[in-house]
Amino acid sequence: MAQVKAKRHGVSLDMTAMCDVAFLLLTFFILTAKLRPDEAVQVTPPTSIAQTPIKDSEIITVTVAADGRIFVGADAQPVRVGMLDRIGAKYNITFTAAEREQFKLMENFGTPIANVKQLLNLEPAERKAEGVQTGIPCDSVRNELGDWVLYARMLNPKQRIVIKADSEAEYKVVKNIIDALQTQNINNFNLITGQESRPVGSAKKK
Amino acid sequence: MSEISTSDGGKGDKKVRAKKMSTKIDMTPMVDLGFLLITFFILTTTLSKPVVMELGMPDKDDIKPETQPIKESEAITVLLDKDNKIYWYQGADPKTAEVIRTDYSPKGIRRTLLQKKAEVGEKFVVLISATDESSYKNMVDILDEMAITDNRRYAIVDFAPAYKAAIKKGETAAK
Repeated sequence: MAQVKAKRHGVSLDMTAMCDVAFLLLTFFILTAKLRPDEAVQVTPPTSIAQTPIKDSEIITVTVAADGRIFVGADAQPVRVGMLDRIGAKYNITFTAAEREQFKLMENFGTPIANVKQLLNLEPAERKAEGVQTGIPCDSVRNELGDWVLYARMLNPKQRIVIKADSEAEYKVVKNIIDALQTQNINNFNLITGQESRPVGSAKKK
Repeated sequence: MSEISTSDGGKGDKKVRAKKMSTKIDMTPMVDLGFLLITFFILTTTLSKPVVMELGMPDKDDIKPETQPIKESEAITVLLDKDNKIYWYQGADPKTAEVIRTDYSPKGIRRTLLQKKAEVGEKFVVLISATDESSYKNMVDILDEMAITDNRRYAIVDFAPAYKAAIKKGETAAK
């Protein structure tokens, strides 16, 4: 008799509790999932076996697109505004309050300083259009990237430089960036890479 | 739901049965959906996490007094060229050394590095230099090989004119 009863119970299992748990977890994951920041360009970094997770505060990200354009962005909003003000003072450009507000919300950008004002007056959707952001000049003649990084680091010297370059980008561009920043005595760089599993039989992690 | 309510409002004698059915909704598809979404969120949040590779460059102004000369036999130079080509030679002078072309596969440069490291021992040094045409991926790959072969004595050096000749030499040797 007991056997029959047990069988019946098995057929109609109460799923309510399970459903509760499932949706609880779902809510948790949705809430903790970090929204992908709105970046000016999409890059696919190469993969490496590095294991160090990226720090997500106090970083200055230098992005290199596949076509060699350079973008820069600081993670902290006060730093963004501060560096815009200082750049404006150096290059004699005054930014309005609305422009500063726009700049504060930009994850990264890539235009010569002369075109920053123009960029800020565009709609956010238009900024990603082709030919709008031509990259920040970074060579011995016009080292604007160096200026941006210099002012950003003045505001918070603890910030680390993170280079996020596309795997198709030329090494020359990355080398130029490193050379430009080494003149400011920045010798440690973090290169963003995708994850890759460690090959079998390789040396152990130190 | 609507189906239940229509049958509910039907014949009087079936009302009791209909009521019983409405208390037990089959939650299986809902749970399925829930777990499917959970799986999706778990996978997308953890897999897209980027990692960083530390790169320390030597200070340009500060030449350390304790630097010691490297013996020729202890150093190999790795040259990265365009189209994922890679060349290496042992010693300091590419004119006399044999320049060998290899690739980024485990049987290519990795085997070479492991072999040479075993031959030379602790003092093994790798000099890395890349042409302007080589891609960023090549550089990350070679730094990655350094990590894989547990080689901490390496340096990224500027591309010298002598390396150009070395690449040409390696190219003709490969043919």
